[in-house]
Amino acid sequence: MKYLCSAVVLTITGCADGSDAPKSAGTNAATPATTPAERRYARDPYPSTYRAYPGVPTVVRNVTILDGEGGRIDQGAALFADGKIVAVGASVDAPAGATVIDGTGKYLTPGIIDIHSHLGDYPSPAVRALSDGNEATGPVTADVWAEHSVWPQDPGFGRALANGGVTTLQILPGSANLFGGRSVVLKNVYARTTQAMKFPGAPYGLKMACGENPKRVYGGKGREPSTRMGNIAVDRQTWAKAQAYDRKWTKYEKDGGDAPDRDIGMDTLRGVLDGEILVQNHCYRADEMANVIDMSKEFGYHVTAFHHAVEAYKIADLLKQNGVCAAVWADWYGFKMESFDGIGENLALLQKAGTCAMIHSDDENGIQRLNQEVAKVLSSARHAGIAISDAVAWEWLSYNPAKALGIADRTGSLKPGKMADIVLWNGYPFSVYTRPEKVWVDGALLYDANDPKRRPVSDFELGLPGAGDVK
Amino acid sequence: MKALLLGVAALVALPAPIVAQTVAITGGTVAIGDGSAPIANGTVVFRDGRIVAAGQGVAVPAGARVIDARGKWVAAGLVAGFSDLGLLDANGVEESNDTSARTSPFAAGIDIAPAINPAAVMIGNERLGGVTRAIVTPSTGGSIFAGQGAVIDLGNDPDPVTRPRAFQFVELGEDGAQAAGGSRPAAYAMLRDAFAQAQDFRRNPASFGGREKDSLLKRGDATALLDVLDGKTRLLVHAERASDIRSVLTLKKDYPGIDPVLIGAAEGWMVARDIAAARVPVIAGALADLPAKFEMLAATESNVGRMEAAGVTVALSTVGANTAPGDHVVRQYAGNLVAISKIPGSSGLDWGHAFATISSGPAEAIGMGGEIGSLRPGRRADVVLWDGDPLELSSAPVAIYIDGREQPMTSRQTMLRDRYSTPSEGDLPKAYER
Repeated sequence: MKYLCSAVVLTITGCADGSDAPKSAGTNAATPATTPAERRYARDPYPSTYRAYPGVPTVVRNVTILDGEGGRIDQGAALFADGKIVAVGASVDAPAGATVIDGTGKYLTPGIIDIHSHLGDYPSPAVRALSDGNEATGPVTADVWAEHSVWPQDPGFGRALANGGVTTLQILPGSANLFGGRSVVLKNVYARTTQAMKFPGAPYGLKMACGENPKRVYGGKGREPSTRMGNIAVDRQTWAKAQAYDRKWTKYEKDGGDAPDRDIGMDTLRGVLDGEILVQNHCYRADEMANVIDMSKEFGYHVTAFHHAVEAYKIADLLKQNGVCAAVWADWYGFKMESFDGIGENLALLQKAGTCAMIHSDDENGIQRLNQEVAKVLSSARHAGIAISDAVAWEWLSYNPAKALGIADRTGSLKPGKMADIVLWNGYPFSVYTRPEKVWVDGALLYDANDPKRRPVSDFELGLPGAGDVK
Repeated sequence: MKALLLGVAALVALPAPIVAQTVAITGGTVAIGDGSAPIANGTVVFRDGRIVAAGQGVAVPAGARVIDARGKWVAAGLVAGFSDLGLLDANGVEESNDTSARTSPFAAGIDIAPAINPAAVMIGNERLGGVTRAIVTPSTGGSIFAGQGAVIDLGNDPDPVTRPRAFQFVELGEDGAQAAGGSRPAAYAMLRDAFAQAQDFRRNPASFGGREKDSLLKRGDATALLDVLDGKTRLLVHAERASDIRSVLTLKKDYPGIDPVLIGAAEGWMVARDIAAARVPVIAGALADLPAKFEMLAATESNVGRMEAAGVTVALSTVGANTAPGDHVVRQYAGNLVAISKIPGSSGLDWGHAFATISSGPAEAIGMGGEIGSLRPGRRADVVLWDGDPLELSSAPVAIYIDGREQPMTSRQTMLRDRYSTPSEGDLPKAYER
């Protein structure tokens, strides 16, 4: 039960480090906001340059389909073309020239979406020179953007694709800080630049953290916060400043006059108050999540999802009532004080209570087996007498994270018109014996277990021992 | 070799009192744990805490308590290959964590056995995951030597130590370089100097210092290292890189008595023939497939399968892995090695060998295959009754025996689950629900 040496999981790297559509915040904000379109500064200065790779019209037949929205079709078929899902049903018409794949004994699902990853900002190899996930020089660093740390050559992206069937992922700053900075949502497609991986049009997220990490990091430096009450105090002071900033800029954007000073961090918090940036809040303990919910009401924003949320099962009702999702591990527990009460039924109990919930990895290895993590939850559920179908469980892997990322209208389920982000599994995907056979992103075949040429090798690995090997 | 084993056996802690009852578990699919395929409709018999027989056509002794396992699996208990169970209550809670001692003047002489706490909450949780024994290892502090680990059982009793001082653990890769002051050559210098000093201590204990403030080796350290040099305790060596593994294998030329075991060995597949020829077992890091460090650039999930194919004795462990799920995650790892055997170009394991990597494999690696890790006759009766294939994620234990004694099927985690099966309070606060 250990990382060798010092890299215990409580490190604030990744480790110790939600309602249907993400609710718009600002509903009880003190000032009426300007619409984002009225902003007088660039809101998207590092725009996505992602372009889907070419695919061929493809039909998969005789396959068991879990559509990601709770639907299941045995002996079904799916057609996708031009990067989009065209039809899903008991049978579909194959256009002339389409590639036809027999899916007998196999399963077809939406690509997996990991809402909590540090690939690229804590890449492999985990050397100091590449350790770019925590700007741990102050507890409030809302000014940093994870995308400016992401190294697109992280070998982890390729593993998450080939072994994990992950097609979309959110890269977050670490949890050393109360306000960790902006997240970025990526398509899991290698590119020369991070911009070329960015999910077009995905909202930004703001990473926040409660609990042990911020108070340990800054308490250790002899400064606030060194306690949980210090955490909330600094949070509140910062939100109060953000409200003032929002008022100042709103007034300027409406009435003109002298432009107020720009504050890059405050831009992000203003985006949260106005509901265009989604709060992704690292938080383990039930009582702390309750405090954060009250704080969000005090300042007029909405928490989209609590991440890690080891004790979410204790307040499943409260989370549901407030429309907050929980993104959790299957069974992590006991690796730090605030994870002491972790149980394998967390996700199952959230589902039972009707709370928006999903699986997440926070781990470059766990992201390769998120389907197995859900399988463990299903087992815990069944042994605890909680009935959850396979089709519903797949919502934890794609549709619910898509909703909590604000991209569920474009991906996360096998519905016509959506992006053809699809995995063909070589068997029952909740078995330990099953692996992805093919993975398509926007209809482009980017992994094929039967074709070594469809196996990505990042620049870093090229020419090094093991390059191009099965992984 | 036999004399050596007897010598070590003398060190074994006294077994706890055992229920003198014969138990026969019948009708289940039996997984012996020795690499053999599962046996349908088999019988497992144990008595006085030891396995009597397991397999097909095994007679049920008269008067035995018979347990019907039809539709279930009866398997050897899992052995956690590289664990800190019993050494901590929560990893990140320093006050509770006895895995390493950064500022201690002692290193190789450290003996974790007296610190093992059988009431540590994780022991109860992991037992419910089917883990019945663990190879518990200290972590390094101010030296490349971490000290002497122990083999423990996870039984619900006050006597956890199966074998104290079962092995010495040393770091000889990147972590070793760091512990030695910054480089691999410094780690090897430290190793060779420590062995030389231990031999000085043997030749002339009276003139050996070891009590001065600045002495590099204390007397206890020297004694522990002599056990390593004499092959009385195995030397578990953490090394990942192919070249580091080769260097470890050559140590036997200079120190012919040592009995090394490789820990990690992410690039072991590149030197698998050399490892096999040297008859050095490997407790591998299971599914490592990322170049997490420069010393494991060639990591692949096929590592274990390739080493096994080359004739290496391989076990799995959580070395280098994120083990927040607990040690029972090794069964998921083993299942994945079966999974990749279906992937073109990958090397996995068949079911029997995959299961062996988490049962007899770790036991064999530390020289205790005759005592624990399988359902072969004479082994300690660590038996888990599963409601399905023990490598499959949908399965869970339904009964657990350690040293033949039936274990409780509840844990702190099941209590939390039951308390919050409905999150809202009833007539009294949650604190009253138990």
